[in-house]
Amino acid sequence: MSRNILSPLVRMEGITKTFAGFVANSQIDFDVKNGEVHSLLGENGAGKTTLMNILSGLYIQDEGNIWIHDELREFRSPRDAILSGIGMVHQHFMLVPSMTVWENMVLGLKDLPSILPKKEIIGQMESLSSRYGLHVEPEARIWQLSIGEQQRVSILKVLFRKAELLILDEPTAVLTPQEADNLFKTVHQMKAEGHGIVFISHKLNEVTALSDRVTILRKGKRIGTVNTSDTTQENLAEMMVGKRVSFNITKRPQKPGKISMEIRDLSVNNDRGLPAVRDLCLQLREGEILGIAGIAGNGQQELCEAMVGLRKVEAGEMYINQIRIQKADPKSMISQGVRYIPADRKGTGLVPNMNVQENSILKNYWQKPVSRGITIDWNVVYKLASSIVRKFNVDTPSLSTPVRNLSGGNLQKLMLGRELSDEPPVIIAVHPTWGLDVAATGFVRDTILNERDKGASILLVSEDLDELVAMSDRLAVMHKGRFMGITDEPETLSREALGLMMAGIAHEDILQRDEGKGS
Amino acid sequence: MDILIPILAAAVRSGTPILYATLGEILTEKSGVLNLGLEGIMLMGAFTGFAVSMYTGNPWIAIAASFLVGMIITSIHGFLCITMGANQVVSGLALTMAGTGASSLLGRNFIGETITGLGKMHLPFLSEIPFIGPILFDHDPLVYISYFLVLFMCFFLSFTKSGLSLRAVGDSPRSADSVGISVVRTRYFYTLIGGGIVAIGGAYMSVAYTKMWGDLMTAGRGWIAVALVIFAIWHPMRAAFGAYLFGGVEAFQLRLQAAGTTIPTPLLMMLPYILTITVLLVISIREGKGLIFEAPSSLGQPFYREERE
Amino acid sequence: MIKGIAVQKRKESPRWLELAIPVAGILLALVTGAIFLSFLGVSPVKAYREMIISSLGDSYGLSETIVKAIPLALAGLGVMLSFKMLIWNIGAEGQIFIGSLATAAMVRYCFIDNSVVMFCLMVLAAAFAGGAWAAVAGYLRARWRVNEIITTLMMNYVAIHLVDYFVYGPWRDPGSLGFPMTAPFPNSARLYQFGDSRVHLGIIMAIILACIFYWLFRYTRWGYEIRVIGENPKAADFAGMDYLKNVVMVMFLSGAIAGIAGMTEIAGLQGRLQHGFSAGYGYTAIIVAWLGRLHPLVILIVSFLLGALLVGGDTLQIMMRLPLSTTLVIQGLILFFVLGGEFFRRYSIKIISERDSS
Repeated sequence: MSRNILSPLVRMEGITKTFAGFVANSQIDFDVKNGEVHSLLGENGAGKTTLMNILSGLYIQDEGNIWIHDELREFRSPRDAILSGIGMVHQHFMLVPSMTVWENMVLGLKDLPSILPKKEIIGQMESLSSRYGLHVEPEARIWQLSIGEQQRVSILKVLFRKAELLILDEPTAVLTPQEADNLFKTVHQMKAEGHGIVFISHKLNEVTALSDRVTILRKGKRIGTVNTSDTTQENLAEMMVGKRVSFNITKRPQKPGKISMEIRDLSVNNDRGLPAVRDLCLQLREGEILGIAGIAGNGQQELCEAMVGLRKVEAGEMYINQIRIQKADPKSMISQGVRYIPADRKGTGLVPNMNVQENSILKNYWQKPVSRGITIDWNVVYKLASSIVRKFNVDTPSLSTPVRNLSGGNLQKLMLGRELSDEPPVIIAVHPTWGLDVAATGFVRDTILNERDKGASILLVSEDLDELVAMSDRLAVMHKGRFMGITDEPETLSREALGLMMAGIAHEDILQRDEGKGS
Repeated sequence: MDILIPILAAAVRSGTPILYATLGEILTEKSGVLNLGLEGIMLMGAFTGFAVSMYTGNPWIAIAASFLVGMIITSIHGFLCITMGANQVVSGLALTMAGTGASSLLGRNFIGETITGLGKMHLPFLSEIPFIGPILFDHDPLVYISYFLVLFMCFFLSFTKSGLSLRAVGDSPRSADSVGISVVRTRYFYTLIGGGIVAIGGAYMSVAYTKMWGDLMTAGRGWIAVALVIFAIWHPMRAAFGAYLFGGVEAFQLRLQAAGTTIPTPLLMMLPYILTITVLLVISIREGKGLIFEAPSSLGQPFYREERE
Repeated sequence: MIKGIAVQKRKESPRWLELAIPVAGILLALVTGAIFLSFLGVSPVKAYREMIISSLGDSYGLSETIVKAIPLALAGLGVMLSFKMLIWNIGAEGQIFIGSLATAAMVRYCFIDNSVVMFCLMVLAAAFAGGAWAAVAGYLRARWRVNEIITTLMMNYVAIHLVDYFVYGPWRDPGSLGFPMTAPFPNSARLYQFGDSRVHLGIIMAIILACIFYWLFRYTRWGYEIRVIGENPKAADFAGMDYLKNVVMVMFLSGAIAGIAGMTEIAGLQGRLQHGFSAGYGYTAIIVAWLGRLHPLVILIVSFLLGALLVGGDTLQIMMRLPLSTTLVIQGLILFFVLGGEFFRRYSIKIISERDSS
């Protein structure tokens, strides 16, 4: 880092980027100095990732300039950005799952011999990982690694390319609190060595804890840049959202009713045929939300899919209203009143190329009155779809609009409307607020809480710990297909204990250890 | 033993065109492009090889010409699929139709002509190894080149920088793009090279194997090669095994016909096609869902960098 | 001054493109075909004039075009069904052969001298045989993910050789002077022909089937299921649609209709089963379905156009000694150009001039 420290490492000026008429970035200025952590704060869809994709050469800006150490650069491809010392750790890691860690490390590097010198590469890699505390097995294949390990590989990969500027896109979303602490240590180390770091986040506490400066984006525009020491979280929140918002989730106290769905010793495999859920037991009671915390890829997805009949049950039993389910296929689960809000809206929950009406009957197209004999009564469908659109405030040009043209929030409202319009007894919701803006998030949370108040049994999987703790009546932490513990009072559980459970330490052990400390 | 050697040697010979086609398609598919036009490319390769051989008398020029023609007609598929993002299945079918039609239109005046073609080349020492020698090392040079190609491709895919980039482009184009590998350029390069190699498979049919030109002479070998890529799980070594298996069936069937069997010819002719289905079924059952993870995961999907949800 | 070209993704594609793309595709294919023909020393003007006059020039030509359009329309409707579900049934050619084989078997072994009964028997036999033939590939696909493109295609070769086995062997007509064909069918096993043309009952069957499919996809539960499965199999799973059952049923129906196409071809037109009686109708049907954008009624129109192309191809063969494969080249080119045209449905292209940007 022998370059002129006084000139900013990166300076972006007047950056504008449009996608098919949608302005993602408008006239944004941004700069990072060496030895600085500069956070980009904003809601989902505010344009943070787009701006950084431009800086890393993935997108080309419509307008604006980029300077690296006061030298004007034009990035035509990611290669140009890499050569300028810019490295980005994307939210969805850019790793090749079928390849080994060390292969990913050198992918795309030009200055290597044609035949790959594996030993040297691994040696270099290991010296980097011990320097930054990023340990990972070089011969492992990416798909075998946990999300946290994959993130370490991604950071190593950027360091391996001798990046001067590191961009971390929502890095903590997939980590346990302890893993996040370790990440912060690594960030501090890199900062001390003179790297510039861009930290993209929408979590205020992390931004204030980690960064020197914060730039706030809202709807594609830069609202302001402030020194972290000069501001407060409330202040930042207001800049981010535009008006004062309460983050409180209000939950009416309610006594849970009888058990509506029960699972005993359930085992389920993942797509690769490896065990994903192991001998799991759980009970869902009327009028309560059971939250499931855990790092992505620990079996939450597979558990939910098994509960709605989408995934084969390898062993174990499922009961609805004390009656054992003999054949768990989607249709019979739907008929029993189990409703599913999948994480993958466009991929699983909706048919993007079909219109709002056609999508609104996906779950009941075979039931009366939608279905009449072998035909579908489109008049009934029209009425049904318009009532969903009205009740759930779906913003759509018409009922004949293909749903691929709707925004994420409206997609989610449409899906909620379809799944919840008949007051179902059991609801399985996976990441229901993921990627939504504040208003839509609030709407989705209120809707789910409302169903709870009406007596539905709800299973809620989320990666947002604040959301989980606030909404759940009971909270379970899942690790490698098992529950590490279930608590009846989520509010009382410390962040540290949650993190330890997410990392695979059972609740009783944590309690015992705490007692040990106390005595 | 004495009966076995000529059959196995014939298996290698008749397996070679399929082997070339399979290897070419493996390269193409590894980059994430599905090319179902193999049958058309092979026929164009076979025609070009024959015609150039007849005019120049030099089989090597003929093979080079086939390679070139293979690349040229595959470039249509490449342009449609890589640049225009067209449906790769339909584009491949179109290539098969156009290639089949064009070869038979161009070749209509060549039926019945003969060429000297490519002769045998005994490899000293190697061909004298008992059993193995006459089976593997008593052929024309194109067979030996195919051995080399199999070994080279294994090495290339596993141990080289370019092989790594190729696999990355097929398995995760986004990741490859983010580290500065040009997905478009890589796909064009390997789609075209693959097409050229497929055409050599066709040229082998006319220049080395039959030494004549016949309408539709590849008789579905292009499609068998498409199946073999799956059977081989995208691995060149297994491709060789599969190709020789088919070569063996063909050699066996020809031998039966020559020996004057009572089994009617049309029924014998079905064998390779039934075998293809069987082989595909066996591999699909055995690998189960695993096959999805072995296939290049972007196979058949176009790639645009700035596509946004 | 042109400064650059901007490619932008469209949200909705304009309606006029729906027609413009196939029309432009066919025209461009004919132009390219002309270049190819003149390269071969054939006058493209003369060739195309012959083709148009012979296929569309007079009532005989038109009737011949319809005769060719019948199997194309039927087989096209068949493959359309499977394409709707993103199942690539490339096996219509084989299903046509199997359907005709079953028809010939009916005539040979279950002949009843009553044209109505015989018609029903032949339709049932052809539909069942073609359907079962295709359903095998469908089952393998749905159950074990065996690539259906390859299985259906391989089964084409098997079917063609199977027909060859019978017409060269046990079913060969001793009076055929050694040609590989069965004896002519008796009159009550022949389909009704209109007036003194060769247009047969198959055309009515094609029109009725097209209307049924139109209704099926628009108004029925099953049509809805097929569309959802084709658009998003995961969502179909989520909605509790049975993938295996639907794939097998659709493939059965798809093959059954192709089988009927084979039946009408030999019972309506040729009057006997013979070696290589289908000149690639099953493959051309793929183009018909694709150009018809998988819409049953449009498929009828497209099959007429491609019927004309095939009649023109026959004329070229007779008058100018060009092989039938000439039409295959043009068919391939049409597909290429239409595929290229699809790009403009998804993206709009703007030419940016200096003036605009300043």
